Amino acid sequence: MTCLSPNWFDIGPLYQIPRRGARTVKTARRDIAVFRTASDEVFALENRCPHRGGPLSEGIVHGRKVACPLHNWIIDLDSGLATGADEGCARRFPVKIEQGRVYLEMGMAVTP
Amino acid sequence: MTLPNGKRKPEKLVAVGNGMAAGRLLEELLARSPGRYEIAVFGAEPRVNYNRIMLSPVLAGEKAFADIVIHDDAWYANNGVTLHKGKTVVAIDRAARTATTACGHVETYDKLVIATGSTPIAIPVHGVNLPGVVTFRDLDDVDAMLRQARQGGHAAVIGGGLLGLEAAAGLKANGMGVSVVHLMPTLMERQLDASAGYLLQKAIERRGIDVFTGANTQAILGESKVEGVKLDDGRTIDADMVVMAVGIRPNARLAKEAGLAVDRGVKVDDAMRTSDANIYAVGECVEHRGQCYGLVAPLFEMAKILAAQLSGEDSAAYHGSVASTKLKVTGIDLFSAGDFSESDENDEIVLRDPSRGVYKRIALRDNRIVGAVLYGDTEDGPWFLDLLKKNADIDAMRGTLIFGRAYQGGAPLDPMAAVAALPDDAEICGCNGVCKGTIVAAITAKGAASLEQVRAHTKASASCGQCATKVETLIAATLGNGYRASNRKPMCRCIDLTHEEVRGFILSKSLDSMPAVMQELGWKTSCGCPACRPALNYYLLCAWPGQYQDDAQSRFVNERVHANIQKDGTFSVVPRMWGGLTTPNELRAIADVAERFDIPTVKVTGGQRIDLLGVKKEDLPAIWADLGKAGLVSGHAYAKGVRTVKTCVGKEWCRFGTQNSTSLGVQLERLLCGSWTPAKVKLAVSGCPRNCAEATVKDIGVICVDSGFDIHIAGAAGLRVRATDLLGHVDTERETLECVAAVLQLYREEAAYLDRLYKWVEKTGLERVRRIIMEDRAARQALYQRFLVSQRAVRKDPWAERAAGFGLQEFSPLAIVMPIAAE
Ligand code: SRM
Ligand SMILES: Cc1cc2nc3c(=O)[nH]c(=O)nc-3n(C[C@H](O)[C@H](O)[C@H](O)COP(=O)(O)OP(=O)(O)OC[C@H]3O[C@@H](n4cnc5c(N)ncnc54)[C@H](O)[C@@H]3O)c2cc1C
Ligand code: SF4
Ligand code: FES
Repeated sequence: MTCLSPNWFDIGPLYQIPRRGARTVKTARRDIAVFRTASDEVFALENRCPHRGGPLSEGIVHGRKVACPLHNWIIDLDSGLATGADEGCARRFPVKIEQGRVYLEMGMAVTP
Repeated sequence: MTLPNGKRKPEKLVAVGNGMAAGRLLEELLARSPGRYEIAVFGAEPRVNYNRIMLSPVLAGEKAFADIVIHDDAWYANNGVTLHKGKTVVAIDRAARTATTACGHVETYDKLVIATGSTPIAIPVHGVNLPGVVTFRDLDDVDAMLRQARQGGHAAVIGGGLLGLEAAAGLKANGMGVSVVHLMPTLMERQLDASAGYLLQKAIERRGIDVFTGANTQAILGESKVEGVKLDDGRTIDADMVVMAVGIRPNARLAKEAGLAVDRGVKVDDAMRTSDANIYAVGECVEHRGQCYGLVAPLFEMAKILAAQLSGEDSAAYHGSVASTKLKVTGIDLFSAGDFSESDENDEIVLRDPSRGVYKRIALRDNRIVGAVLYGDTEDGPWFLDLLKKNADIDAMRGTLIFGRAYQGGAPLDPMAAVAALPDDAEICGCNGVCKGTIVAAITAKGAASLEQVRAHTKASASCGQCATKVETLIAATLGNGYRASNRKPMCRCIDLTHEEVRGFILSKSLDSMPAVMQELGWKTSCGCPACRPALNYYLLCAWPGQYQDDAQSRFVNERVHANIQKDGTFSVVPRMWGGLTTPNELRAIADVAERFDIPTVKVTGGQRIDLLGVKKEDLPAIWADLGKAGLVSGHAYAKGVRTVKTCVGKEWCRFGTQNSTSLGVQLERLLCGSWTPAKVKLAVSGCPRNCAEATVKDIGVICVDSGFDIHIAGAAGLRVRATDLLGHVDTERETLECVAAVLQLYREEAAYLDRLYKWVEKTGLERVRRIIMEDRAARQALYQRFLVSQRAVRKDPWAERAAGFGLQEFSPLAIVMPIAAE
């Protein structure tokens, strides 16, 4: 079973993340924002906007994007890239859903 | 093994389960390698193989069982297949290679195929075992439902997915009253997005079926038989029968007991082989690459591969399937395939035709279709599915893709040329049936030169507004250089309508949810954007107070968490100080909180109250609880809503004071606070024209004078400094309160989201506002009453609600993963 391989961490049931919203996962190295779209896809990005470090988890999720709450940069959830004229990238982490639970790949999450 | 006459003795193949997968496997196998196997099939159902998906038309009375039989007795006889009807296999002995049935029959095999399908899930609520609770899986279930239907009565169907809706429609067709109880906010949410789900719900309701969404079943009621269903919000639905259609689970028990690898389903590799080399599995009982399927197309693909494998083609491999769904309810056209999830704006194409009730959405990634949802017009479903499966590059036809196959091949026209090329009888406005010729005549003969004039003359674009852009293009094409485009500003890139038009349609068409607005008005994206969603949430809240369910995810963070976000991601907390008044007790509570939670900055704001800055999000509920104990409530410093009412000391102390400005300010703040508004609203009450409370640069200001109260509106002192305009004079505090609330309500009902009050007044005209509020007593009172109704719906302190535990997960991380120190 892949979900039991050492680095996939069960971080909780999907329903605990609001649709078109996010929750955070705190790790020793960084905070990670785990997003859930309207159609139940999940994405994980470092919870720091490439602009000036705004908490992306607090933004409005629309389609596969989030609007940073501080100055409204629009970040693509899939790539972590800022869209439009803005340039920058939020770090991505592997995340998946299995049987209604969300798994985050911790090997990546704890590397510097 | 070779027989004496040189022929190979056929191997013995045993199939457990005689459903759709087993049936198709036999057909494929007999076609490929006739005579290779001696075949025996065990089916728990006491009948031949039939088309399970057609049970829905059988229930609806559109077909008889005989019509849906796939293989009759003669077929088994002709093909030399031994069918054991009504025999359930209860054990497999892998060492001895035998299968044993419940009645004790033992069959040996060389190759075994498990095709046990799946079992319906029954939610474990009280009453689930009462007589009258049925599932929808086989012919016996259909017979049970039809028996009840003949006695009439009411059926509650739990589950608003494909199966539940087909059951509901079938029972309705048999004359029963039917309610569908669905846990999620929209129907068939696994296959459809919110817009298509909304259209589907409307269509189902039009058939006289009640739909309860967001409804969690708590218990099934009844003593000796079903009497109803109880929801966890306290509602009950009377019912003589309950149909459980909440989902299916792969039927893998037999395999598991035989010691085969089983996770959700029976695990198979790409050759459809289980963890035992002599045992294969096919159909819904299977788990392949972590995926289980609940539709027939994947099973047919599996059956083909398995037949090839059993014929000795070792290279045949199953790679998984793309599933597509069609709802089989007569009169409802719906198609969904692949991954239609939210995607990037650039990566989805949406077409909505409100007048025809059509919605189409195609999800694209790297110029390839990855998913499609079609509602109302599903003709192109198979075509899209084909492009999807072939992973075809659609770049060349991107512009016309959504219109379907029929539109491919023509060169795209620019919009002006396209409109010019239309014949005179081409319909421009679908709602009002206005043709191009009629509009052109209004322009040339009647001199209509703007969208508004064309609308007045012809009614074009007067209903859903969808065609407004087309009409404007037509005016431009007709008038040429003589046309100056109107300065209509669409709400955002998701929609061509203006804020005011959208507000108008929400009322005139009674649109009461976000999916309803987006569908009926033709949103070009599936779930809006950060500009339109908060606006729509506000408009709906304002239009349907007490009824519309607020959408927290469509609010800016500050309003969602009732605190202002700061540059470092911490928050600020500003408790209300009514009219700028406070008490030693309140100040003590603030001081205690600041110490207990290590709050770095405490500041007096420009709004006559105290701001606690640098608060960690996790601490917010605890801080609110502490402040609440001292009677402090949210100051809404974060809201597009009523912020502060500043006051001066007034007549009570001041030697110039003419009225009790402090107390009037407190009364105003208590009346208005908590109200959501298009933009923030600030007030002030000054005790005399010296105006120490700066009332003349507020959205609404009151200046007390000897003879009463001057009410001012439309001031601001932010990005733009604007002194107020005098709205009028009243004699009493009571009238002041009524006038102020009425102005606020008029602003709430009319303004575009994010327009400060002065912007709205400049757009609508001060004179108009004055006439309504100061001269038309009835209008003013009606506004005042509507304001009170809206307040009743919001009058609760959000902080107290949160401190009491509402939605607390918002404030805590989903998980904390920290290294544990080694011992
Ligand atoms: C705290 C405070 C400054 C202070 O320390 O005194 C303040 C702080 C902020 N103001 Fe203000 N304004 C504060 C009084 C004012 C005033 C004075 C007043 O209300 O009497 C004004 C000018 C009056 C007016 O609004 O017309 C004012 C005009 C603005 C504006 C410009 C609004 C405009 O339409 O032009 C903004 C920007 C906006 O709202 O988009 C703004 C926005 C902000 C925000 C919310 C910026 C933001 O979006 O994060 C600041 C939040 C800090 C926080 O977390 O509390 N603040 N701000 C004052 C809080 C008053 C209160 O108790 O609620
Ligand atoms: C009302 C209804 C409507 C549907 N509509 C659609 C649709 O529109 N489109 C679509 O793609 N799919 C539809 N489906 C789903 C489709 O019918 C299934 O995907 C398909 O039937 C699964 O085939 P299967 O052979 O795996 O399982 P089944 O067809 O369920 O066959 C399994 C058989 O095995 C028997 N069995 C189980 N255990 C044993 C045992 N131990 N011994 C002997 N026999 C056993 C069962 O009695 C059953 O007859 C519908 C299903 C239903 C119930
Ligand atoms: S004046 Fe500017 S910096 Fe100061 S609080 Fe207001 S918005 Fe922030
Ligand atoms: S920090 Fe995200 S937009 Fe500025």
